[in-house]
Amino acid sequence: MKTKREETKKMKTIRLSAALATAIAVCAGMAQAEVTLSVTIDGNQDTINMMDALTAAYTAANPDVTFEIENRPGGAEGDNLVKTRLATGEAGDILQYNSGSLFQALNPAEQLADLSDIQSNVIDSFKPVVTAPDGTVRGVPFGSAMGGGIYYNKKIYAELGLSVPKTWDEFMANNEKIKAAGKVAVAQTYGDTWSSQLFVLADFYNVQAAEPGFAADYTANKAKYATSPAAMAGFQHLEDVFKAGYLNEDFGVAKFDDGVRMVATGEAAHYPMLTFALGNIKQNFPDNVNDVGFFAQPGPDAAKNGLTVWMPSALYVPASSENQDAAKAFLAFVASVEGCNIMIEANGATGPFLIKDCALPADVPASVADMLPYFQSEGMTAPALEFLSPIKGPALEQITVEVGSGIRPAAEAAALYDQDVEKQAKQLGLPNW
Amino acid sequence: MASRRRSTYPYWFVLPAAVVFVTLFLVPTVASFWFSMTRWDLFKAEFIGWDNYRQFFKEPFLIQGLVNTLIYAVLTSATKTVLGLLLAVLLTSGLWMQGFLRSVVFFPVLVSTIGVGITFAALMHPTKGVINLALGYLGIDGPAWLSDPALALYSVALIDIWKGVGLATLIYIAGLAAISPEYYEASRIDGATRWQQFWRVTVPLVRPATVTVVTLSLIGGLRSFDIIWATTKGGPGFASDVLASVIYKQYQAGFYGLATAGNVILFLLIAAIILPLTWWFNKREVDL
Repeated sequence: MKTKREETKKMKTIRLSAALATAIAVCAGMAQAEVTLSVTIDGNQDTINMMDALTAAYTAANPDVTFEIENRPGGAEGDNLVKTRLATGEAGDILQYNSGSLFQALNPAEQLADLSDIQSNVIDSFKPVVTAPDGTVRGVPFGSAMGGGIYYNKKIYAELGLSVPKTWDEFMANNEKIKAAGKVAVAQTYGDTWSSQLFVLADFYNVQAAEPGFAADYTANKAKYATSPAAMAGFQHLEDVFKAGYLNEDFGVAKFDDGVRMVATGEAAHYPMLTFALGNIKQNFPDNVNDVGFFAQPGPDAAKNGLTVWMPSALYVPASSENQDAAKAFLAFVASVEGCNIMIEANGATGPFLIKDCALPADVPASVADMLPYFQSEGMTAPALEFLSPIKGPALEQITVEVGSGIRPAAEAAALYDQDVEKQAKQLGLPNW
Repeated sequence: MASRRRSTYPYWFVLPAAVVFVTLFLVPTVASFWFSMTRWDLFKAEFIGWDNYRQFFKEPFLIQGLVNTLIYAVLTSATKTVLGLLLAVLLTSGLWMQGFLRSVVFFPVLVSTIGVGITFAALMHPTKGVINLALGYLGIDGPAWLSDPALALYSVALIDIWKGVGLATLIYIAGLAAISPEYYEASRIDGATRWQQFWRVTVPLVRPATVTVVTLSLIGGLRSFDIIWATTKGGPGFASDVLASVIYKQYQAGFYGLATAGNVILFLLIAAIILPLTWWFNKREVDL
């Protein structure tokens, strides 16, 4: 991978000097024929596969457009890098980044180019999560929608005769049996702090099932985590699995990759995670892909069991880019059926795509097969809160580590998070705060 | 002195240094006071008065971060001072392979802090780390060094001490070399034991080195960031957060005004601790 990138860089220099020579020789006008677009993406294996496949296909069809791909870190470190580069006008030509509340924190109306005219193939439900406050659409979807829930090891479930839980109590009963059998019931990986947020964030289907107006009230500074029993439940779950002793011994330092390994190989029975983890399972444990199943985070009521959904990240064109037209043309290609098919080919089916007429193949891994039914019936999915409200407190991942490690009780943590949310809302300059 | 005779050099000689000082030090310092009073997204800065300072002191993790900063600074500084002096005495006493041993003590100072942090994070892993595996052979159940909230800060302080004690030792070795052997000779004739020599001759006369070591290590401890970020990132939760890591997290989250206010507070805190300390040290030096 690295050598390939280095080569592209060398090529770029050669190209640039060639272009420069042409420009000098034949005067201006000729140089714009060839263009190198710089692309910044996160370091997930799936992301890399998709971008490599898309850019290769695009260059094959348009030999005058080449790409220079750079990986950035994820999590808070990545947020920092993206914001700083945007603010200093050094974000390149194409940027891959979260949609939803994190997108709103980028100050999209000023920082990102308007992509409203290349949305014809994009499914409507995606557009709001990349729409700037001024109503213009600033991104195109990249990858498939994800579910937030719980991966489980099918072999352990078969061995102990367990069935997929529909309520939180059933889930805890399963955990008790798994623990009694001498196994780790729940893998947690607080060494990657972001991974600690799942029980809170993936509980949002259950929150909105109990309080349909929560997202709007939360944005309007009326609903709070600490005072809404439904919203508090996620924090309580974190505390409960810790107190019951269901966690792996090294939960405090284990990383995301460890969590994936544990649930894939049967070291642990459950791992709460977003479904993008499938990419890592396929990459590192190809023999175990079908040992891993997936279910939505169960709530209080078996009749209201549904999935919290994450929109895919998006590709944006920074307003500071000097190659906006070429970048937009590529993004239009990504947001086409052809682009969508290339992404499916690169990673297999990881979940539903947000492009019209882009169908998934019939043969999908077990955990995807477990997830798709939620999307196929009405009312079985709800977007995560970060796609319904622009506010997400930046300290949530530390707070959830505290609750999940028994440092802070759930109720206190929820109140603390409310303060964090207030800070973010003020920074965004929202009304009512 | 300047008032008694005319300066040897014309004033414009200071111009290059003055330009560098003003643009790179003075302007940013003044600007940071201004930005700390704004809600700032690197583009627009909206003046909000003291709100950032109010917010910063309202941060629930801040008080803990402040306490942690002081614990960390005092603990690392005190240990480095005591250990540094003892090691320096040992390493100037004409040991076998003294030069080699000196470089061994100094070596960790040369290693990259981030590298040290990553290495120790692996060594201190609760189940797979070398430290706990070794303790396991001795029949001791090692703790979760970096993920136990009660222990994390002290584990990081331990790493910092390991890494920094070499510099303190080096300064003390230089300080000891400056003490004239005549003092030891005179005290020996007076019948002083080695113990008395250490307390009555070495410790008082090595004072300039002590002042340097304490001041440097205290400032280092108060603004410590890299080793904490490389090992615990302030965690678990906020258990090993210090002022600098709290500030960095505000910056990461895009609260640039708030982060700047935090930096101003850190600046004032360091000044408030170090200024009286140096004054006190200097006063004592005159008394001697």
